[in-house]
Amino acid sequence: MFASRRSIAAVALTLFVATACKKKPEPAPAPAPPPPAPAPAAPRVNQDSIDAARRAADAAAARAAADAEARRRAAEMESVRSAIAAKVYFDYDKDEIRDDAKATLDSKVAILNANTAVRLRIAGHTDDRGSDEYNLALGQRRAASVQRYLVAHGVAASRFETVSFGKERPAAQGENEGAWSLNRRAEFEIIAGGDMLRMPK
Amino acid sequence: MMKSCFAVSGFGLRASVAVCLIAVCLPSPAVRAQDTTNVRGVRIGLTYAPGTRPGVLIMPISGPNADSVKAILARDLDFGDRISVIPTDGGDAPPTGALNYAAYAATGAAAIVQASVTPSGSLHIVVHDVAGARVMDVVDYPLASPALGGEWRAAVHRGSDEIERVVTGVKGIAATRALFEHEGSLWIVDADGANAHPISGTEGGLSPAWHPSGRYIAYDQLANTGHHTIIVKDLTGASPSKGFASRHTLNITPAFSPDGNTLAFSSGDDGTEIYSVAPFSGGTPARLSVGQGSSVNTNPTFSPDGKQIAFTSGRLGHAEVYIMDADGTNPDLLTTMAFGDQPYRSDPDWSPDNRRVAFQSQISGVFQILAINLRDRSVQALTSEGRNVEPSWAPDGRHLLFTSTRSGTRQLWVLDTESGRTRQLTRTGNARMGAWSPHLESAH
Repeated sequence: MFASRRSIAAVALTLFVATACKKKPEPAPAPAPPPPAPAPAAPRVNQDSIDAARRAADAAAARAAADAEARRRAAEMESVRSAIAAKVYFDYDKDEIRDDAKATLDSKVAILNANTAVRLRIAGHTDDRGSDEYNLALGQRRAASVQRYLVAHGVAASRFETVSFGKERPAAQGENEGAWSLNRRAEFEIIAGGDMLRMPK
Repeated sequence: MMKSCFAVSGFGLRASVAVCLIAVCLPSPAVRAQDTTNVRGVRIGLTYAPGTRPGVLIMPISGPNADSVKAILARDLDFGDRISVIPTDGGDAPPTGALNYAAYAATGAAAIVQASVTPSGSLHIVVHDVAGARVMDVVDYPLASPALGGEWRAAVHRGSDEIERVVTGVKGIAATRALFEHEGSLWIVDADGANAHPISGTEGGLSPAWHPSGRYIAYDQLANTGHHTIIVKDLTGASPSKGFASRHTLNITPAFSPDGNTLAFSSGDDGTEIYSVAPFSGGTPARLSVGQGSSVNTNPTFSPDGKQIAFTSGRLGHAEVYIMDADGTNPDLLTTMAFGDQPYRSDPDWSPDNRRVAFQSQISGVFQILAINLRDRSVQALTSEGRNVEPSWAPDGRHLLFTSTRSGTRQLWVLDTESGRTRQLTRTGNARMGAWSPHLESAH
């Protein structure tokens, strides 16, 4: 009973102190100086407990805030990453950017403009119907076609590297249009500047 | 003669009887001169009717691993498609003394092969001309240790090729090998399908090609990043592998010139063009092809005189085969007109006899191997069963290696373009991108 009451008191005190601190325009709140103790009453041992509890609660609050921020940042990073990684698809034996790929690429342009340190590797892929070797060249054309679109929309060409896997790394297995259409694609990989990704404002 | 016809049992009896019946019942075909000559301009070989396969009887062989030697010789001569191997029962001891040529003539044999494995470890071969009642050829091939190993087999194959040269006037193709891609690495296999093994250090290898010496290979190495680098590898291991620096991320489909000096390949970041490096051991790549805009140009293959290059180009919006001079001038559409609306022709390989360019084209949506005659540009379909791609000529300009799905998995097959006979070369997993070697004269 006693212990529990003391804890409640400590938490209440901490909350008070924390609120008080927040009001102060302190530039560096981190190594907060010990607040003026309600000196006279508490014996030394109680005071230590109160201080410890206060410090723990401070840390927990900071952790919670940091966690929330980290979660928000992680979610932001994740949505940026998935927007960057979103594939675009092509018609058979073609490297033209389809209309349905333009929205995908436009969102990449915005992200690349908001994250100027990011460099991307664009990898072109093909389905398995053509010549294996000609497909390597066709995949390269697809990667280059994507790069041209992004550059035409204002992103520096130096921020891209284009490569081709031809038909060597299929995304879907099968000898049907469903699989083929998923394999005729360009994929995107961050090769630099991927540590601090921001959503466009 | 009587012994070899009747005094045997089982399969040997049936085969021998068949031979005897043919020999007895059929009149000898009219003997006409064959039109083959050897490189020195002197006609060698037997006199036999054009279009027929002279019969060759391989006598029982003495010495260590004699049965294996005989089996390999017989199989090589059979796979060569120029000789009929006359079956004999395997139980006979090697004959001694002078051969009774008249008796052997009745078996239908045009030539007799007498061979032995000598105590010093050589394969000793004597080829007899039955009609001429004379010895045509005596050769010895040292058999490398271990017995039945790759180099031991290569020596026996060289013996087969010599027999075929002496008998038909055309050197055989048994002492050759094929490179291919298998499960993410490059592999090599003897022309008879034996001795298949991976080539170390070739992970990510694609599109292998032979140097005319048989010592070097070039290939495209695909890294996990998607970068493609042309690698030249010394199969003897005497010199380290060399990658060609390029400012492009895509470097694919290498090919050596027939003189072995130049390496051509396809390179680019957007469109791809044909480049060449001479000497391949240390030159700077120079661009040859001049595509419109950023077109695709791949798969260079040299003419036997090295003066021209055939290649695949998408410059008209779809893949077609073109020919240009080796300096990149005078590009000319090779595959044209006769294909209706079939939208794809690629992967050319120029035949070593300069008569044809083999390529692949979609027939009813499925790739098949075709060959275009360089004199009149007539086109011949060579395959129809399964999906057939990536033709590669044997050094005889007659046999063709290709990748086919006809067995259910993707495997390498060999086609004799004269008889239409096919045989399966590889059997495990999936194989593709076969490249037939030149004649391999020495061990690598």
